[in-house]
Amino acid sequence: MAVLARLDTSSPAAGRGWSDLTIRNVFIIPTIAFLIIFNIFPLLYSLGYSFTEYRVSLGKPPQFIGLANYRDLLSDPGIWSSFTTTAAYVIVSVGGQMIVGFGLALLLNRQFRLKGLVTTLLLLPMMLSPAVVGLFWKLLYDPSWGPVNYALGIGKFEWLSHPVNALFAVALTDIWMWAPFVMLLSLAGLSAVPKHLYEAAAIDRASGLYTFTRITLPLVAPILLIALIFRTMEAFKSFDLPFVMSTASVQTVSIRLYQMAFQGWDTGRASALAYIVLIAVIAITNVYVKYLNKVKER
Amino acid sequence: MARHWIGLLTGAVFALGATAHSAKAAELTIFWAQWDPADYLQELVNEYTKETGTKVTVQTTPWGDFQTKTFAELNAHGDAYDLVVGDSQWLGAASTGGHYVDLTDFVKKNNVLKLMAPATVKYYSEYPGNSGKYWSIPLEGDANGWAYRKDWFEDPTEMANFKAKYGYDLGVPKDYKQLMDIAEFFTRADQNRYGVALYTQTAYDGMAMGVEQTIFTWGGDLGDYGANKVSGILNSDKNIAALEAYRKLYTYTPPNWTQAFFVENNEAFTKGLVAMVMNYFAFFPALANKATNPYADATGYFANPAGPNGDQHAALGGQGISVISYSKNKEEAFKFLEWFIKDDTQKKWAELGGYTCSAAVLSSDEFLKATPYNKAFSDSMQIVKDFWAVPVFADMLFAMNDRLHPYITTGEGSAKEALDALTADWNKSLGNK
Repeated sequence: MAVLARLDTSSPAAGRGWSDLTIRNVFIIPTIAFLIIFNIFPLLYSLGYSFTEYRVSLGKPPQFIGLANYRDLLSDPGIWSSFTTTAAYVIVSVGGQMIVGFGLALLLNRQFRLKGLVTTLLLLPMMLSPAVVGLFWKLLYDPSWGPVNYALGIGKFEWLSHPVNALFAVALTDIWMWAPFVMLLSLAGLSAVPKHLYEAAAIDRASGLYTFTRITLPLVAPILLIALIFRTMEAFKSFDLPFVMSTASVQTVSIRLYQMAFQGWDTGRASALAYIVLIAVIAITNVYVKYLNKVKER
Repeated sequence: MARHWIGLLTGAVFALGATAHSAKAAELTIFWAQWDPADYLQELVNEYTKETGTKVTVQTTPWGDFQTKTFAELNAHGDAYDLVVGDSQWLGAASTGGHYVDLTDFVKKNNVLKLMAPATVKYYSEYPGNSGKYWSIPLEGDANGWAYRKDWFEDPTEMANFKAKYGYDLGVPKDYKQLMDIAEFFTRADQNRYGVALYTQTAYDGMAMGVEQTIFTWGGDLGDYGANKVSGILNSDKNIAALEAYRKLYTYTPPNWTQAFFVENNEAFTKGLVAMVMNYFAFFPALANKATNPYADATGYFANPAGPNGDQHAALGGQGISVISYSKNKEEAFKFLEWFIKDDTQKKWAELGGYTCSAAVLSSDEFLKATPYNKAFSDSMQIVKDFWAVPVFADMLFAMNDRLHPYITTGEGSAKEALDALTADWNKSLGNK
């Protein structure tokens, strides 16, 4: 039987084949188109709106007003109050997630019976819908019949009515929900620490604290920082939990943005606030990333 | 054979399409918030369907989402809804944005101004104020009123102690001084009893409704709605005194009463925590029901009392029904409105539990005696007054929440400072220099 020395380009088989470039384009172009239509275009469009006076509910065209929206927002005490509330929420929530998450990872970083089942159960909270979590924690916190007050024996303590209490209550729920995420990343980092370092430390009779601070923490720090970056970004933009649990008491900047955009329909101002939040998140993330790079170099 | 099946299929598709098209033409969708009156309205409109064959569906969404969902549809010029039972505060934004059909001709032609209580047409339908332009028909009348514990008020020991302390008989308060005295008298933290439950919620308009009612009752105002003026009116001495009075009343509420609205206020009453509760009449059926209020038989109701200068007002609640500009069934919607304003329909609406605005029904003996709160409701509907209905009302509402809530709930700053700051905010929102 004769063997073809090269492909017959007139054959149907030759027509069916795609070049590598074509295959690459077929996979990438739809994704890029999706990104442009649903991410880039709205981003640029809303940037344009942020320099205008425009209320979508009034049906009048936008009026260019330059930086007036940004000036107004940055001189509005209500907006700064929202940023302060958001900052407090981020510190409490993310701080709690890091401590609880890393603590759980340290506890799980050993072999024991049913380790797989325990780990899976601990991961369940972060698999739930934030709206559902918010609703059932709202019931748990109910001052009249909620089990939290009953278990703590604190009578009819109002968790969600007072701004300070509500902030801690919502942050606690966020910690319950996302500490497993930190735990997961920390476990990955802990399992990558070379065992011989612990063995060497044990031989040299290093204390537990010394081992933790000189071996575990420095080697896991990059992973912890990545977890910190992700959780800080998310907590800063947090909307679902505060909105479902206590819109009026925990006035984070996201909730204020929602009210401005979808209750006040002040599209121009809301777009400007969204960009201020974006810049704030980018700035904070940059600080973290710089620190992360320094830690990696060590 | 294949052609036979293709022909059958094609015929079936056309038949279905024709049926669907003709069915769609005889349907109306009304959008409202999810609460009992919406259920009553669905029962009522089923009568319209029986009479005319036009299917009417009342679609609902929770109160918290109602404004957002409505305006999202209106801004998109969607035709998902033919009519909407919108808040009076939306009139400015919805009419200016071209979302509502102008009903001025309909109102004049059908004598709506005489059929409905005048205050309800003024506040639920007319924009701008006193302009003679109407954008809705009053559907669900409502006002802020009060419920009280008759058994506490009529207890001989309480009555004797009250008389000894205040020098007059304990009874339904005729003015705010008496309201304050009674609230103070029944505030006994050691017994877990408090004088009042007030609106303090800032998620939307809860606190604003409670405060505005007190301001109006002191003879004050939220501004000149026609001239868009607030300076000197919003921060007037009368308003300052009214706000101080609301702050003082707040000290007689249960602990941590910082974000209370209709649910929390009714709960405070049904749990036996308070002597008096402020709430919209729409939520009083739950207090008159023994299944939901163990003190139902001992619950009385009264309209908002008069202020120190004799002014008496109640914060307007309720909604009007408007035809949406983008509806494809406007003609049918107008026919529905003609049916809705008939006396028989209004009577049936009241019987089902809806709060009619019909002048005839509101003053009828049958209506006044139908429930323990209807008399107070009827009295209140004659004295209602409303918040701003301008396109920027939401901004003004949120500013009011920001400025007044800290003073009311924590005593931070002074009433004057809070109102001066709010005046500056509202001037900015209204575009005043």
